[in-house]
Amino acid sequence: MSGVQQRESAVQRKRQIGEVLLAVENIGLRFGGVQALSGVSFDIREGEIRAIIGPNGAGKSSMLNVINGFYQPQEGVIVWRGQRLRRMRPHFAARSGIARTFQNIALFKGMSTLDNIMTGRMLKMRATMLEQAIYWGRARREELEHRAFVERIIDFLEIQHIRNVPVGRLPYGLQKRVELARALAMQPTLLLLDEPMAGMNLEEKEDMCRYILDVNEEFGTTVALIEHDMGVVMDISDRVVVLDYGRLLADGPPEAVRRDPEVIKAYLGVPHE
Amino acid sequence: MIYRETGQFKTSYGADQAIFPIAQDRIGMLIIMALAFVAIPLTASDYWLTTILLPLVIYGLAALGLNILTGYAGQLSLGTGGFMACGAFAAYKLSTAFPELHVLVVFALSGLITAAVGMLFGLPSLRIKGFYLAVATLAAQFFLLWLFNKVPWFTNYSASGVISAPPLAIWGETYVTGFEATPRAKYLFALSIVTVMALAAKNMTRLKIGRAWRAIRDMDIAAEIMGIRPLATKLSAFAVSSFYCGVAGALWAFAYTGAVEALAFDINVSFRILFMIIIGGLGSILGSFLGAAFIVLLPIFLNNALLAMGMAEAVALASHLEFMIMGALIIFFLIVEPHGLARLWQIGKEKLRKWPFPY
Repeated sequence: MSGVQQRESAVQRKRQIGEVLLAVENIGLRFGGVQALSGVSFDIREGEIRAIIGPNGAGKSSMLNVINGFYQPQEGVIVWRGQRLRRMRPHFAARSGIARTFQNIALFKGMSTLDNIMTGRMLKMRATMLEQAIYWGRARREELEHRAFVERIIDFLEIQHIRNVPVGRLPYGLQKRVELARALAMQPTLLLLDEPMAGMNLEEKEDMCRYILDVNEEFGTTVALIEHDMGVVMDISDRVVVLDYGRLLADGPPEAVRRDPEVIKAYLGVPHE
Repeated sequence: MIYRETGQFKTSYGADQAIFPIAQDRIGMLIIMALAFVAIPLTASDYWLTTILLPLVIYGLAALGLNILTGYAGQLSLGTGGFMACGAFAAYKLSTAFPELHVLVVFALSGLITAAVGMLFGLPSLRIKGFYLAVATLAAQFFLLWLFNKVPWFTNYSASGVISAPPLAIWGETYVTGFEATPRAKYLFALSIVTVMALAAKNMTRLKIGRAWRAIRDMDIAAEIMGIRPLATKLSAFAVSSFYCGVAGALWAFAYTGAVEALAFDINVSFRILFMIIIGGLGSILGSFLGAAFIVLLPIFLNNALLAMGMAEAVALASHLEFMIMGALIIFFLIVEPHGLARLWQIGKEKLRKWPFPY
């Protein structure tokens, strides 16, 4: 990329990033005596790729669980599109367009790839049980309409060949991709990815990066991801949050975070003198 | 060589979403339907129709009901017999209190009443899972039977506690229940209901609600973040399953035995139906019927085989041997193919695609 192009894409990038979509304020989460999160505040802006990093046990996954209503924090407020919520509920999060993937894949193992992705369209289907039983009218129309949409995602993620395979039989890398497809089928406003590249080889990681960037740029989907591969994080994210022992350590653009002495000490490591 | 989809191109998602997307399956299904609806009633004796085929079809429906709950939605239940009794007694009360109601209305309403009862007993499923839920559903089994036994209102104060099905006509003078009905009419009536309900079950399990059931079964945490409500989904599975079991119970009392007491639906029935779906295949419509056929037909087959071998004198020995062989066969099947007869059929089909040139 030439210097001019680079500057142009940076300008475009700025234009894409908009208002604050979601903010967490002063979140405190306890499990019995364990303080998983304390006083964590940050925000996620529309259209950006936000990375959450930190050593193991820092509370990254807990943070995602708080955002999509899986954990109920004891303290703090979640602000979703200007709406101040004491807590999120999974169903409300799903309806509001928050989708997520899991660190240790949470697919429906007995169902085919196609059925797995179709569950992402669940909330958009209106047919009653009786209509489904006779597969007529709205049930049939909806099914075909959503099938067409799901097929576009299948094309986009290049998983046509495994459409009818039960996901339990798929290799790890493909399962990760199907899980992304299922999340995308919800047409999310905010996509939470919990270690989307864990355990992948370089090629699979590159593919996954490409998909994430494409989703972000073409559909304008906001992405918040947890990742341990620093190269990936520094390359694709707009801003980075660093957590350590449930506290916020740093928050800012990748270059600034990388130079932050606290972050280096806690996570990135200091070179031996 | 014969069974393969080569050359069958689908040009729309509609064609790909059909129940039987492959032409050979469609033809096979048509042949089975023709056999069941035309050939069997024309040729089978009254003995075969009333004592073998009718219970087979009705057991198939009950197994299908339990399979929706256990195989598709993953909620283990031992209350099947209780729900069948509920359907039988609801149909009896409805048809005696409102004799002018059409038989199909009676059956539909008794199914709906059972669905409501099933939902009530399904409430604990939000909190408890697996074997513990199975124990909780035992409450339905014992409570419902106790209720129908102890409260004389349910049997219209009959001294023996036995209810006998009033004659009901599908149209004009064509009776399908009670003593005036011919075995042929009863069989065709039961078979039609079961066919329609099996088709509806196939549709439900492959569309939205079925995906929600299977999602809850496979990974309830992920299902919740997709916006699936666990309680509503589990209760809908309990409702649909109980509806099927209720109609099966009503058919049992009205079309099969004609007169029935609550104890006919005891815990043994629940276990029998659970065995059917385990042997037939969990999460498979076809498997429900294969399992029912296995459990109903095998003892008859064994009995006849033992008689043919000259054991007619030792009746007790023959029946003991029957039990032992039955048990051994069930264990054998579960070891060889834990996913049931339906999976065996699936594997057979995959092999058939390449046969006779499997390279």
